[in-house]
Amino acid sequence: MSKAAELANLIGNINAGGGTSGRNLIVNGAMNVAQRGTSFPTAANAAYTLDQFRYGQSNDGEITITQDSSAPDGFAKSLKVDVTTADTSIAAGQYADIFARIEAINLQILKFGTSDAQNFTLSFYVKSNKTGTYAVTIGQSDNSFKQAVLNYTINSANTWERKSLTFTGDTAGVIDDNDDRGFEILWWLAAGSTYTGGSATGAFATYADANHAAGQAVNLLDSTDNEWFLTGVQLEVGQNATEFEHEPFEKSLHKCKRYYQKLTDSYALHGQICTGHYSNSSQFQGVIKFVPQMRVAPSLSHTTTSSNNTSSAYYVARDGANDYVDALAFYNSNRATTLIYSTSGTSGTQGVGANLAVQSTITEIAALAEL
Amino acid sequence: MFKNCTVKYNQFISGINDSVIITYPADENGMAKTLCVPMDENNADYAEILKQVKEGTLTIQDAD
Repeated sequence: MSKAAELANLIGNINAGGGTSGRNLIVNGAMNVAQRGTSFPTAANAAYTLDQFRYGQSNDGEITITQDSSAPDGFAKSLKVDVTTADTSIAAGQYADIFARIEAINLQILKFGTSDAQNFTLSFYVKSNKTGTYAVTIGQSDNSFKQAVLNYTINSANTWERKSLTFTGDTAGVIDDNDDRGFEILWWLAAGSTYTGGSATGAFATYADANHAAGQAVNLLDSTDNEWFLTGVQLEVGQNATEFEHEPFEKSLHKCKRYYQKLTDSYALHGQICTGHYSNSSQFQGVIKFVPQMRVAPSLSHTTTSSNNTSSAYYVARDGANDYVDALAFYNSNRATTLIYSTSGTSGTQGVGANLAVQSTITEIAALAEL
Repeated sequence: MFKNCTVKYNQFISGINDSVIITYPADENGMAKTLCVPMDENNADYAEILKQVKEGTLTIQDAD
């Protein structure tokens, strides 16, 4: 695209209410942030992968999702789907998709539910050996999953292509101004006939199974040779796709932490989690502050191991000794802080200071406030 | 989402349920995952628990 055309698109979007900075409503669209890790073998339904991107599935195949270094010019990372077990015949009700959600409070700029509802454009870079027609669905949760569906075509095998899909602003479907789910965007990889027989349209309409993945012609799962890559995802106000809005890594990470925060960056021995004290002889308590504040009161997700001391997941270092623990819980977790405490395994002295740390290698201790 | 998990209320203050503990089955190395979910309907995990309880596919055990 020429610079003049790019500028015209940008001006058109500004006139429609979009902006030049902060215009991308997608978090981690460049696939740079991967707090949970960089490889997700045999991903299960609704599995979390790279930050903000998940795998939805009901099929007989298996895939591995990784953060990959293959990327178009100007990008360093992509989300890669690699088929590891084929499903050559997707049954009517089966499917596979990559999905991302956007918080409702960040979608108010679209003015949905008003006569001034704004069109918006989803753009992304995609690559696959499997050419053909794919579907993308945007579901709007506040209105019983009203949906809009458009198709894109991968024209050339194993070549990065930028796709742009413009959806029509919905004058009748208010997106509540809250911190709940606003949009759910699904990139279909495969879909059975239950979901593909209808028609694709960029206008939001009442959910219907037949339209959910309308036009999806490709079954990416039909061979273990198949791969699919995604990056540079941008959703912006207006009917034109503008250049992807790159942002510093720390800014993307900061945004992701509203939904997921690791409690330590070291999942190996001595990775420090927090300081605290013994509230009584059998309970350690510490306080964790969430920076930034999280979307809602978060859950605690953590690895546990067997109960013997040498293989416990965590230890509490106190006055000259360690207690080894697996069982931890949050109390009164809120957007800003939480109490973390041991529910068993500790035997200290009331009032003694202590610190909680990783004992054996773990895979996760984190706060979750995902959409 | 909580297939083969143990799902149990948890109490920081005795007698008052304040969270739900979900224990996933251990893998071949003995490692497992536990989720401590606050009883806050804005939390997506708790919303999913309530949905499954309503559908009759999940039962929450009493706290220890």
